[in-house]
Amino acid sequence: MAVDTSSQTVAKAAGESARGRSRRAGRPAGKLRRSLSTHWYAWAMVAPVTIVIAVIIGYPLLRGVYLSLTDATERNVARTIGVNEIPATYEFVGLDNYAAALSSSQFFDTLGWTVVWTVCCVGVTFVLGLVLANMLNRRIAGRSLYRMMIILPWAVPGFVSVFAWRFLYDERRGLLNQILGGAGIDAVPWLNDPTWAKLAVITVNVWLGVPFMMVALLGGLQSIPGELYEAAEMDGANAWQRFRNITLPGLRSVSTTVVLLSTIWTFNMFPVIFLLTRGGPGEATQILVTQAYRFSFEISPRDFAQSSTWGVLILVLLMLVAAAYRRALRKQGEVW
Amino acid sequence: MRRGIAATALVAALAVSATACGGDNGGESGGKSAGGELSGTVTWWDTSTVGSEDKVFKKIAEDFTKLHPEVKVNYVNVPFGEAQNKFKNAAQAGSGAPDVIRSEVAWTPEFADLGYLAPLDGTSALKDEKDFLPQAAASTRYDGKTYAVPQVIDSMGVFYNKKIFKEAGVEVPTTIDELKTVAAAIKDKTGKTGLYLRGDDAYWFLSFLYGEGGDLVDAEKKQVTVDGGAGVKAMKVVKDLVDSKAAITDATNGWDNMQASFKDGKVAMMINGPWAVTDTYAGAEFADRSNLGIAPVPAGSAGQGAPQGGHNLAVYAGSGNLEASYAFTEYMTSAETQAKVAKELSLLPTRNSVYSQPGVASNEIVGFFRPVVDKAVERPWIPETGSLFAPLQTEYTKVLTGQTTPENGAKATAEEYRKLLKDWK
Repeated sequence: MAVDTSSQTVAKAAGESARGRSRRAGRPAGKLRRSLSTHWYAWAMVAPVTIVIAVIIGYPLLRGVYLSLTDATERNVARTIGVNEIPATYEFVGLDNYAAALSSSQFFDTLGWTVVWTVCCVGVTFVLGLVLANMLNRRIAGRSLYRMMIILPWAVPGFVSVFAWRFLYDERRGLLNQILGGAGIDAVPWLNDPTWAKLAVITVNVWLGVPFMMVALLGGLQSIPGELYEAAEMDGANAWQRFRNITLPGLRSVSTTVVLLSTIWTFNMFPVIFLLTRGGPGEATQILVTQAYRFSFEISPRDFAQSSTWGVLILVLLMLVAAAYRRALRKQGEVW
Repeated sequence: MRRGIAATALVAALAVSATACGGDNGGESGGKSAGGELSGTVTWWDTSTVGSEDKVFKKIAEDFTKLHPEVKVNYVNVPFGEAQNKFKNAAQAGSGAPDVIRSEVAWTPEFADLGYLAPLDGTSALKDEKDFLPQAAASTRYDGKTYAVPQVIDSMGVFYNKKIFKEAGVEVPTTIDELKTVAAAIKDKTGKTGLYLRGDDAYWFLSFLYGEGGDLVDAEKKQVTVDGGAGVKAMKVVKDLVDSKAAITDATNGWDNMQASFKDGKVAMMINGPWAVTDTYAGAEFADRSNLGIAPVPAGSAGQGAPQGGHNLAVYAGSGNLEASYAFTEYMTSAETQAKVAKELSLLPTRNSVYSQPGVASNEIVGFFRPVVDKAVERPWIPETGSLFAPLQTEYTKVLTGQTTPENGAKATAEEYRKLLKDWK
């Protein structure tokens, strides 16, 4: 998000200077000076943001890419402990890490589950959000109360909700199994069985994601003019036809954005997986980011190079998805 | 111009806040004052069990101030499962690390190898070195130097609920086959489960591995042995215990569930060490302490074996207050302190002389574990010992939850080990 803001600002500033140039064409040497003297204030205002973003995003990104081309681990990076200064001894290994990652079944197994996880989460969240938004867009008694209650999961800090779910899911002492036990049903190994654990993490993520989806879609619904529905009713369109031909096209600009955002967030949804199962049982619920974290912080010696490699691969994958998505939308005539 | 001033002020404010972020270090200076008196703050990261052991250790640590009035002890309890990573993060970043850390025996050579620990030879931290049990002292040495002082030593045994055993009319099992028949009898007569097997921590797998005559690695021959016949067999044994319903297990939250099930009398047995004793006594079933029985871990087909573990105290090499940290380490591992810990928490001393002290000699738990520790299997104290659990854990949990076979689990673990230990067979 922050990147977008800055690029817009920069683009704006660049646009202004471009206008300046067109008035006085043919003097490229003075262009920069002229632009600076006219717009120095704009540049000064942009500078802090640019610097902060360069430090916060640019540096770690470049460093990550660099580390992924080395064999850096905990044992060979530079560190200063008290008076001892231990210099870095890791070496440049080119694309070896990428070759290793892309030829391992571990990467593709994890990627497979990450894709399943993302598609399931985004799909279910979108459908539920759409249904709830439609329901709450009608005039029903206590509408604002319902809206409030559905937004609540969003208001609670993510880690708090995830911990609450973890207690609910506990096989021996969790509330869910106690309720099932009361009804005479055998305890379900929510987080102890690979398949149940997958369902469990998806459920929690859907629960966390629905409020955002609903609010965004509700906003979209409210921007559809009511006359369209009235006209359709006059023409004898039934509820499904109205939904299919007015609501869905009217929501398209909102839904494309939220689906893309939601995909990126879910693909990298670290806290739900990490706090609920830590990627377990075994590696059943490990997604790419949690596995990258594991390389960097949980195994020893910590493998910074491999972790960075996975990080860069995640970035590339998401960029490819975003580009493909954008192209698909453009074919449908959407401007994005 | 006025807007220009505002912009300048903004830039200045940013610069100030940026420097403030970096100025975290150097606040804690300490050492010796003019009279040779120690001063400053000593931060100690303890990893003892929260809710039971930590209270005692906090009090003992803070009593250090009675000996050295100018030293302030900052007691921090870091959960055992997080401490290794948290210390590495802080030590590598060079800020936020404690002065003294309670380092598990397998972590110590690793921390030392990474250069995070201060060598203690010739400092005031080491006193009466000859008094330490040799197997406790072994893990504190790395590359010819001493990097830690042994604080407690431990091994594992079977904790059992005597009441449930009496109800079911069975005796404590001595082998894994007996364990299965006993568990079946308990289920039959009382409806309770026999054993809680920890499935989310591979340390609890070791006694089964040793019982089949296996080991993770053979450091002398530079060989990975976990995928040998014994390793596969041990995986089959634990899987069978769960499949036959002799044991229950969890892939997450194992410690809490194990303690809760045993303390509430829902399972009759668990495999555990002295560190669990105080917490177990707090359970409803053990209000009468004599209801808790302890026996050696059941033997596998090759015999009986439990891992030797324990904790050391180590001093962070980047500590701003080394002198006081050495003195604190010496105090915490002194015979007097160890006797107090043994009496109050039933933890095993690392000094020979402490065992004969009144109150320690009569402690039932200490009395039981002393010979167990003597027979316990010692792990090789190489830097990689602390790294062997993560790969094993993943495969161990996979085997228990049926995601892989015992053979493939052992094989996958060994593959990870061979990546870790270059040039080993």
